[in-house]
Amino acid sequence: MTTFNYYVLERLAYPVYFFTVALLIWVLIVGKVMSGSQRWLSLGPISFQPSELAKIAIVLVLAKFFSERGGNREYRLRDLWLPFVLTAIPCFLILKEPDLGTALFLGMISISVVLIAKVYWKSLVIFVGSFFLATPLIWFGLKEYQQRRVLSFLSPDMDPLGAGYHVNQSKIAIGSGQFWGKGFLKGTQTRLHFLPEQHTDFAFSVLAEEWGLVGSAVLLLIYLFIILWGLNIAKSSKDRFGSIVAVGIVTIVFWQVVINVGMVTGLLPVVGIPLLLFSYGGSSLISTMAAMGILMNISMRRFMFQ
Amino acid sequence: MVRVRTRLLKPKWDKVKVLRTSNFDPVSSEVFGRQLKIAMIFVVIVFGILIMRLWFLQIVNGSAYRAKSEHNRIRLRDIAPFRGMILDRKGKVLVDNRPSYDLYVIPEEVQDRPQLLKRLSRFGGLDSEDAGRVLDKAARGYPFKPVCLKRGISRDALAKIETHRFDLPGVMIKVRPERQYFHEGLASHVLGYLGEINEDQLGGGQFRDTKSGDLIGKTGVERKWQTLLNGVRGGEQVEVDAVGRRIEVFSRRPPVSGANICLTIDKNLQILAEKALLGKHGAIVAMDPSNGEVLALASSPSYDSNLFIQGIDQKTWQNIVSSKDFPLQNRALTGQYPPGSVFKIVVALAGLEEGVISPEEEIFCNGTFSLGKGRYRCWKKYGHGKVNFHRALKESCDVYFYNVGRRLGVDKIAQYAKRLGLGKKTGINLDHEKSGLIPTSEWKLRRWGIPWQAGETISTSIGQSFVLTTPIQAAALISAVFNEGHMFTPQVTKWVRKTDGESLFEFSPRLAGKAGIRQENLNLVKNALIGVVNQPRGTGSKARIEGLIVAGKTGTAQVVALKKEKDSKPGSEIPWKFRDHAWFVAVAPADKPKIAVAVLIEHGGHGGSAAAPIAKELIKAYLHEKTEVGGQKSEVRKNAQRVTRNPQP
Repeated sequence: MTTFNYYVLERLAYPVYFFTVALLIWVLIVGKVMSGSQRWLSLGPISFQPSELAKIAIVLVLAKFFSERGGNREYRLRDLWLPFVLTAIPCFLILKEPDLGTALFLGMISISVVLIAKVYWKSLVIFVGSFFLATPLIWFGLKEYQQRRVLSFLSPDMDPLGAGYHVNQSKIAIGSGQFWGKGFLKGTQTRLHFLPEQHTDFAFSVLAEEWGLVGSAVLLLIYLFIILWGLNIAKSSKDRFGSIVAVGIVTIVFWQVVINVGMVTGLLPVVGIPLLLFSYGGSSLISTMAAMGILMNISMRRFMFQ
Repeated sequence: MVRVRTRLLKPKWDKVKVLRTSNFDPVSSEVFGRQLKIAMIFVVIVFGILIMRLWFLQIVNGSAYRAKSEHNRIRLRDIAPFRGMILDRKGKVLVDNRPSYDLYVIPEEVQDRPQLLKRLSRFGGLDSEDAGRVLDKAARGYPFKPVCLKRGISRDALAKIETHRFDLPGVMIKVRPERQYFHEGLASHVLGYLGEINEDQLGGGQFRDTKSGDLIGKTGVERKWQTLLNGVRGGEQVEVDAVGRRIEVFSRRPPVSGANICLTIDKNLQILAEKALLGKHGAIVAMDPSNGEVLALASSPSYDSNLFIQGIDQKTWQNIVSSKDFPLQNRALTGQYPPGSVFKIVVALAGLEEGVISPEEEIFCNGTFSLGKGRYRCWKKYGHGKVNFHRALKESCDVYFYNVGRRLGVDKIAQYAKRLGLGKKTGINLDHEKSGLIPTSEWKLRRWGIPWQAGETISTSIGQSFVLTTPIQAAALISAVFNEGHMFTPQVTKWVRKTDGESLFEFSPRLAGKAGIRQENLNLVKNALIGVVNQPRGTGSKARIEGLIVAGKTGTAQVVALKKEKDSKPGSEIPWKFRDHAWFVAVAPADKPKIAVAVLIEHGGHGGSAAAPIAKELIKAYLHEKTEVGGQKSEVRKNAQRVTRNPQP
C-alpha cells in the first residue's frame, strides 16, 4: 500500500466506489447467509464482506469530492447533496443485508468527514434542527410494531435474555480484571463460556479480564496514538485529497474503537461492531491494514518537493 | 528503494503531482488545521471517558466484580410457555398440560459424584451408569450448564430429593408444563402426538423459536396448528446460589401461552365410536352434512398419545411401528377399501342422469348375469326376480346394477364418481390423506398396459375391481347426496383463539364443489336410501330408529374372490383375513340431515349386520343428545314459527 503514489487513488476513487456498490448488490443476490444476514461473498476458499470495502470506498469518494470542490469555503447543505447520495446508496444496500450496525457506521463516518471538512454553521443548525424536528414526526407516524422494531434495533440490550445478559457478563469480566488482571489465559469468565463471541465483538473484555486496567488502558492508548498520528498526517499532507483520506481513515478507527469499547463496558447499546486490529475477522483486518497503508503512503509523501 | 522504483515506472503521476500543488491553498489549509485541532481535542476527551469507565469498572468496583466472577451464578433460564389446550365442540377439555418435574444437575457444582449418583438412584430410580455418562459428556463441554438427567420424576422421588436438597449439591429440579391427553387414546388420530424436534426441522426454519430438545406436534391437529399451539418461550436472568436456588431475578420476559383450539369433534360421540370399534379393525367418520364439520373420526386399533410425551422408548416405538395392526395409521383417511355396494349410489345417479335407466324399468334378476364367458352372481343366490330402480337400490340387487354399469361403461361411471368427490382427497388437511382410486379405461392402459376388459366394468358397477374409497370419502358421498349435491370440505377445527380471546381462526364452511345432479334424480335415490333402512326387505333395517327417518346404504366388499370357499362355508369359518369388509353409510334425519356417518369394519362380514347397528347407535346418541340439551328449545321455536306461518297464504 505504500509502494504506489496515493494520487492513483484519487483517480480510482469512483471506480473503487462503483465496484464496491456492485459487490454489495452482488452479495444481496448470491451472498452466503450467516445467522440471518447475507453479508458474505465467497471467492473460492475465502469469503469476505464487501461492506468492509465500502468503508474505504466511501472515504475515497468523499475525499475526491472535497478536494475538487475545495477552496476556502464552508459548505452549505445544497453543496452537500452529492456526498449524501454517495453515502446513502451503500448504506441502503447494507441495510438490506440486513446489517444496521454497519450501515449506521458508514453514515457516522461520512458525517464526521463532512463535519471536519467544515460545514457552514447555519447549515449545520438547519440540518440538526430539522433532524430533531422530523424525528418525532416520523416516530409517531410509525405503527406500534414498527416502533418496537426500531427500538430493539437501536438498543438490543432491552432484551434481558439476549444482549443484556452478554453486557452483564462482559462487565463482570472487565471489572474482575482489576488493576493487574488475572493473567494470560486465566480469565474465568472466558474459560467458562460466560462471555459470548469472545474472539470477535467481546475480545476486549477478554483482554481486560486477563490483563487488567494496565493492559486495556495500554491498548486504548495505542489506538489513541494511531488516531492522533493520523490526524497529524491529515494536517501536514500537502494536498486536500490526502488530508481528507487521512481524516476518513482516522474516523473509521476512532468510531470502531469507541463503539466497541463503549459497548463491552456497557456505555453504549450492543451493536455488532468488532474492535479493529484486535478482533478476529479477515475482511476487517485486510481493510484496516489497507487503510493503514494508505495513511502511511500519505505520510511519506507529505513534502511538496522530494 | 521500492519507492524509487515505482516512481521510475510511473512517471506520469509526477506530472499530476505538479498540477496538484497549484491546488494548495494556505488559507484553506489554515481553516482545515483548526478543524483538525478541534477533532483531536474531541478524540482525547472521548478516550478519557473510556479510560475513566475502565477505571470505574476495574478499580472502583473491581473487587465486587472479582467476587462475582469467582462465583458467577448468573444464569439464563428458559420459561416454557403453556401449549394451548384442545377442546371438543362443546368446550370439554381433551388435551391440557400438567406440571412435570425434571431432574437437572450442574456438573461443576457436584462435589462427590459417586455419592450423588448413588443417592439419586435410590431416591429417583435413576440408572447411575447412564447418568454418569451424561454427566461426563456435559462436564467437558459446558460445566456450568445444567444437564437433564431425568424427565418427569415421580412425586415420591420429588419429595425425597427436595428433603435431601442439602446433601445433593448441584442438583436442581425444573418444573415444566407437560402435555396431557385426558382420555387415554381418545381421538388420537385427530389430535396427533408430540415428538422431539429433529435436526432438519430445527434448521428448516418453519418452526419459530424452537431449540433442540423441544417437543413439537408430529401428527394430527398438534402438527397442523403447531405454531399457534406452541406459544412463545419466555426466560429470566437470575442469580442462583450453590444449590441452584434463585436469589435474585435481574430481568424477566414472561412466556406467552399458546392459542387454544376448539375442535368440531363431539367428545361423547367420539367415545361411542371408539367403543364400537373396540377389538375390531376399522374406521368411523361422522360429519355434519350441511357444513362439513367432522363430529367424530375414529380409527381402530389406536394408540395413546401420552406415550410419546416423555420421549417414547425404543421398545414401545418398535412395538407400535412394527405391529401388523398399524395403530398409527389413520384408517379413516388413509385406509383405501373397495366400497362394495355403497358404490351403487354413484352408479344409480349416473344411470338416471345419463338416461340409461328409467325409474320404472324392471330388470329380471335370476341370481346370475352373464357376459361372454364370465358369470357374475347376485349376492342373493336365487335372484330378486323383477326389480325396478327403487327396489334394486333398496335391496342392493347386484344383477340390476351389472346391467346399469354395462349400459354406462366404466368411463361414465368414473365421471360421476369424481363429480361426487371420489378418487380425490377431500382436503380435510390431516396427515397423509389418501385419494382412493376410481378406475378409467385410460388409467388401466397407462397403469397396467392392458386395455380395459368389459367384465371389469361389471364388477366396477358394484364397487369391486379396482375401485377404492376411504371412509371419509364415503361419509362425504352420502352427505353430498342428502345435501342437494353440495359438497363441503370436511374440517376438524372450529376455532383457534389466543388466551386473551383474540381469534386466529374461525370455522366457515368450505364448499368443495357441486355434484350437478338433477333434483328429481337425487330425490329418487334419496327415497330408495330411506327405503334401505325403513322398508321391508331393505338391507339396512338394523339402522332403523323409532321416530326418526334414517337413510343409508350397506356395503359388503369382497377382499378376495373366493367365491367357492365362501359359498361352501358359513361366515364364521372363513379365515379372518379373507372375510368381507362391512360398510354402512347413513344420514339422519333424511329430510334435514344433521349427521352423516360412515362405518367401515375390516373383515366384519355383512354391512347390514356388522356396520349398520353401529351407525344406528351413533345417530341415536347424537340426535338424542342434541334435542335434549339446549337444542330442544330452538327446535320448538322453529316449529312454532312454521305453524304460525303456515295459515298465511
